[in-house]
Amino acid sequence: MNHEHDHQPQQHNHEHSHDYGHDHQLSCKDILTNLNAYIDGELDNALCRDIETHIKSCPNCRIVVNTLKKTIQLYQMDGQETMLPDEARHRLMSRLDLDDYVAKE
Amino acid sequence: MNENINQQEISLEALQRKDKAAFAQLVAQNSDHIYRLALKMLGNPQDAEDILQETFIKAFNNIDGFEGRSKVSTWLYRIAVNESLSLLRKRKDNLTSIDAGLETDDGDILPKQIIDWCCLPERELISDEARHYITEAIDTLSDANRATFLLRDVEGLSTREAAKVLDISESAVKVRLMRARMQLRESLTDFFANKLAKESA
Repeated sequence: MNHEHDHQPQQHNHEHSHDYGHDHQLSCKDILTNLNAYIDGELDNALCRDIETHIKSCPNCRIVVNTLKKTIQLYQMDGQETMLPDEARHRLMSRLDLDDYVAKE
Repeated sequence: MNENINQQEISLEALQRKDKAAFAQLVAQNSDHIYRLALKMLGNPQDAEDILQETFIKAFNNIDGFEGRSKVSTWLYRIAVNESLSLLRKRKDNLTSIDAGLETDDGDILPKQIIDWCCLPERELISDEARHYITEAIDTLSDANRATFLLRDVEGLSTREAAKVLDISESAVKVRLMRARMQLRESLTDFFANKLAKESA
């Protein structure tokens, strides 16, 4: 992958990790491994902090995380706007022999 | 956002004695979700409506066999996903291998394009053209990955619920979701990077 070279931290963040009192230097690969769980808020606090520390100092990972979040958000917005059209709802209720209940909803 | 089906408790006992009011309530609570899932799976409103009807007819006919070990909504999703996948298989049987490439997105999940398009103005992100592209991009996912993405990220099911719907392990859900998300990110980057270049030109 040609991005492999690009997708490296721009600088190492020793200061940040020492701030947190432990020495978990995450690589970009570690970020990718945990990306789903990070975005879904499923990681424990310590790992979450390490990822955020890495992201602060690594523009490439930051871009991947942000564009991935935005991608999901755009699909969620698109989904929320998709509703069953009224005519189709009526045909459904009719097919299910539930016409009597249409007006109640 | 990403709300799960908002279940007002419907009595399973009422459904199983084919109580019409209970069934109408079930339909009212779930029809938007099932329709949306089918529409995004199939990309066609008529097919989505057919799947919607089939799902509730099957649910109505088979409610006796539903043991209540999962939520009714999960069970409905399962019927709808299976019906959708079955229709997609039929469609493919009618084609030659033209779309074989669509099934091979199981490559790695490494990001290829690192371009920050999040800074684009909102009007660009939700323009009609963008929305059309977003809708089409999801069709390039494999059926399995698309179903997983829709259940988790659009319908808001948990990993566990999605695993039940798809009858796969939770770790398989996670792998599929990651592939789907990363592939969609690349697709949207293709599109929005172009817009970004025009914005800054």
